[in-house]
Amino acid sequence: MQPFRVHTGVVVPLDRANVDTDAIIPKQFLKSIRRSGFGPNLFDAWRYLDHGEPGMDNAKRPLNPDFVLNQERYRGATILLARRNFGCGSSREHAPWALVDHGFRAVIAPSYADIFHNNCYKNGLLPIVLGEGEVAKLFDATAAFPGFSLTIDLERQTVGTKDGSLAFRFEVEPFRKKCLLEGLDDIGLTLQHADQIRAFEAKRLAEQPWLA
Amino acid sequence: MRRTLYDKLFDSHVVRTEADGTALLYIDRHLVHEVTSPQAFEGLRLAGRRPWRTSSIVATADHNTPTRDWDKGIRDPISRTQVETLDANIRAFGAKAYFPFLDKRQGIVHVIGPETGATLPGMTVVCGDSHTSTHGAFACLAWGIGTSEVEHVLATQCLLAKRAKTMLVRVDGRLGFGVTAKDIVLAVIGRIGTAGGTGHAIEFGGSAIRALSMEGRMTVCNMAIEAGARAGLVAADDTTFDYLRGRPFAPAGERWDRAVAQWRTLVTDEGATFDATHVFDAAEIQPQVTWGTSPEMVVPVDGRVPDPERERDATRRDGIEKALVYMGLAPNTPITDIAIDKVFIGSCTNSRIEDLRAAASVARGRRVAGNVRLAMVVPGSGSVKAQAESEGLDRVFKAAGFEWREPGCSMCLAMNDDRLEPGERCASTSNRNFEGRQGAGGRTHLVSPAMAAAAAIAGHFVDVRRMA
Ligand code: SF4
Repeated sequence: MQPFRVHTGVVVPLDRANVDTDAIIPKQFLKSIRRSGFGPNLFDAWRYLDHGEPGMDNAKRPLNPDFVLNQERYRGATILLARRNFGCGSSREHAPWALVDHGFRAVIAPSYADIFHNNCYKNGLLPIVLGEGEVAKLFDATAAFPGFSLTIDLERQTVGTKDGSLAFRFEVEPFRKKCLLEGLDDIGLTLQHADQIRAFEAKRLAEQPWLA
Repeated sequence: MRRTLYDKLFDSHVVRTEADGTALLYIDRHLVHEVTSPQAFEGLRLAGRRPWRTSSIVATADHNTPTRDWDKGIRDPISRTQVETLDANIRAFGAKAYFPFLDKRQGIVHVIGPETGATLPGMTVVCGDSHTSTHGAFACLAWGIGTSEVEHVLATQCLLAKRAKTMLVRVDGRLGFGVTAKDIVLAVIGRIGTAGGTGHAIEFGGSAIRALSMEGRMTVCNMAIEAGARAGLVAADDTTFDYLRGRPFAPAGERWDRAVAQWRTLVTDEGATFDATHVFDAAEIQPQVTWGTSPEMVVPVDGRVPDPERERDATRRDGIEKALVYMGLAPNTPITDIAIDKVFIGSCTNSRIEDLRAAASVARGRRVAGNVRLAMVVPGSGSVKAQAESEGLDRVFKAAGFEWREPGCSMCLAMNDDRLEPGERCASTSNRNFEGRQGAGGRTHLVSPAMAAAAAIAGHFVDVRRMA
């Protein structure tokens, strides 16, 4: 996993509440057995004017000019600004895969659905929670200044503008922070405790043999 | 200390705890399907790892499989590859049980887990699928995970988890005639919202929940995720044990008695406290119909499509307006004036035998309305299908003009050929009415099986209580 330390990038605003993972990456693209290549179909139904299917040449498809991701001023954005309950619905990890594949490094929203939030951390995508009011300020700033960008410092748990005109602190669980800062592989970490797992398992299956 | 059911289940699976409270939880049952597992198995292979305990794995192919012409196989080559990848992975690594495409007991993962007894009280149950919350109906801790976590469970038999907050949703009293578990859970989501349960595990209790069958409890827990909760729970009782007795993977003989004695402790202690409580009066719950693009956009069948003008919160008003445009509905339209094009009875929410019986009892001796292009019944599993056929339900449906299909997820998410065309409106017993969920541009209204059957007969939404 790619470590996350300090990141500066352009912010793109997605002004909708309850954006679900079906919207982030529609089901027809879930048939892939790979982890990569989902970026061109991120927000497919909103981003293109035609109906997308796997195997199409996305470069030739008609873009929806009204959708923010297609607007020149947000080109190259790496930080997605969203409204509450972002990532609700299906558990598909294809959603963070698509966001990462497209180039996003962080999402900022007032709240996330649990599974999506968890999936982000597994893929080096930082899901930052800020207050409704703080998020509203960022939406305003994004609308006011073309090319508006933010700097995220995970170590210090801050997000703000370079000139310091806007600066917010965010919370992150210490364990997750450590994994993200160091780009640690969860499985490798857990397997360091293999003996403990084995002992727990042996006792449990001896006491409740119907679980085996 | 007095503990909630959630706390008991969580505590009994903690292998170790990090300084910040992150726990390593042991996983008893791992359900696997074709869509969210290929990348996990591949990751395992690339790292040179093996599954930790294959006897924890129960697998099936359900999301991509067709619901008719099974003799022709899976025609979509990409879907076929995904299903064959699962076949190959299970062949290579092993499992306690595998119900592949064409197997008599194949079906939706959340239907076959319980019906085979692979889901048992006191377990931790995970699956790369958000509706894993369904299994919480059996007093087990069950939740949906992403593919990285699928790989983590395969490799370590554990998951990292933080203790959730607890919420009690208590439904007291008796449900009215024609009102079902689906209406309970839609009413709950209508009140607490799709983010109402975020960060919580919801225990459903009260006399109305106790009175539900296991099928009904599964319907309620299934949609706990639509209330934002990762897990739904119902305490274990005789209804639970009666359902499980004699199932293939349930313990038998002396082990059964020991198991039941242990399972009886799987209740919230008297006097234990929850972080949040919501109380509902069952008698006040009406049959529910969603009108929008989120399960919280729901009203009783005698209600009307809301008017955004009357919503003060700007984000919510914007949400209502967008939903009305997508759904092609005018504000203040009576729900019973909304005509439908298709009907889907199925999905892990409502495709069990009790659901099919409820729908069949409405369809019996009637005909699907002329304006309804397709009304389909998709049993949740091969076993449900066989049971329904032995009761003659298939004949009831076919005589009324419904199509009787092979089991699978089908039009719940439209990964196979079953889908809505742009603009088509559907009465569906599934769990999500998101934009495009049942096909690009499709318009989904969530209802109970009886309400779906009634809508099929009338050609528009109708109060099933008036059809008795
Ligand atoms: S029936 Fe629908 S909700 Fe249930 S597992 Fe299948 S796709 Fe998911």
